Amino acid sequence: MAKKVKSSFINMVLTLTIITVVASLALGSIYNLTLEPIAAAKKAAEERAIKLVLPTFDTLNSDTIWVSIPVDPGVEDQGNGGQDSLRFYKAYRDGKCVGIAVKTFSNQAYDPTQIQIMVGFLPDGVIDSTVVTQQKETPGLGTKMTGDKFNGQFAGKNPATFKLFVTKDGGQVDAITASTISSRAVCDALRRAYRTFESFEKEGGTE
Amino acid sequence: MNQWQNFTKGFIKENAVFVLLLGLCPTLAVTSSAINGLGMGLATTFVLVASNMVVTSVKSFIPDKVRIPSFIVIIASFVTIVELVMQAYTPALFDTLGIFIPLIVVNCLVLGRAEGFASKQSFLSSMIDGLGMGLGFTFALTLLGSVREMLGNGSIFDVKFATGDAILIFILQPGAFIVLGYLIALINKLRKTT
Repeated sequence: MAKKVKSSFINMVLTLTIITVVASLALGSIYNLTLEPIAAAKKAAEERAIKLVLPTFDTLNSDTIWVSIPVDPGVEDQGNGGQDSLRFYKAYRDGKCVGIAVKTFSNQAYDPTQIQIMVGFLPDGVIDSTVVTQQKETPGLGTKMTGDKFNGQFAGKNPATFKLFVTKDGGQVDAITASTISSRAVCDALRRAYRTFESFEKEGGTE
Repeated sequence: MNQWQNFTKGFIKENAVFVLLLGLCPTLAVTSSAINGLGMGLATTFVLVASNMVVTSVKSFIPDKVRIPSFIVIIASFVTIVELVMQAYTPALFDTLGIFIPLIVVNCLVLGRAEGFASKQSFLSSMIDGLGMGLGFTFALTLLGSVREMLGNGSIFDVKFATGDAILIFILQPGAFIVLGYLIALINKLRKTT
């Protein structure tokens, strides 16, 4: 084995400098290489979610729309000046609007991580379907919010008549057993999406 | 010790999880399903092999007093590479493993092999050691994940084989401790008899 370099001050500084410089060069180039695939993967995941929640469409409005609404009364201000804003994607088939996908969220889940849900509305406000795109709930309990049994109950319901609260709170949503908090968070996200959808509709956005 | 023994020691004889009890934090946390265990194991294997190879090639240029910070920088670089690549090409797996990918940096197994093995041995031995240890770690995590998924969800690798409710506790955190305890006992029994 080659003789070890002595632990003199100069040697130590030199070694660490060289190692960190080489490491940062390597990381910088890997970062550049993966920048595009990462963005593409994120976009693909979002598009997959939109396809899942809307009826078949041929074109998606590529410039997404941000809609702001006042936050729920009684809900703590998240520091956005009392406004929530959600991202809207309008989908068309043969030039006609067939549905709107809304990317909604809730900060009231069991895990402090924000849950994100893609909701598909038909132009008349009926929920076509929903898909949870981000959650970090308790495995085996809150994670059931991604399952069909829980999500299926929203399909075909119009939030104008269907009360988006869990039954415990006087609504019509069957909560997941032992995961009332997670279920409430989903309801919160869906209500937020619908309120935003309503204000969007009033401005004639669904035509 | 020949290279074959060097490679296979990581599976049972010096298994990182069951015998050395190294890297238990990710072991307990991410093994709620077989696929999570496999993904975490393979990510760690890559870091282990790559960092072992680099550490053994530069070992004679690194003064003793700064060897730990040097090794950590090398390991951290490979972990970040894994993180970026997984984010780009396996986003679903990246989402489930989440915070535990960056935490590979502080996995005692990786630093342990760099410090205890690669900094003293030849290039080939270090590479084989990293591969064997990493695959042994993968084997342990996949086994643990499979058992927990089977008992807790009635499925293996997301393939359902039983209907109805399963024993939820095995998917939750206490289940990790219970299953790991029994597996360690079993492996110890096997090692004693052979």
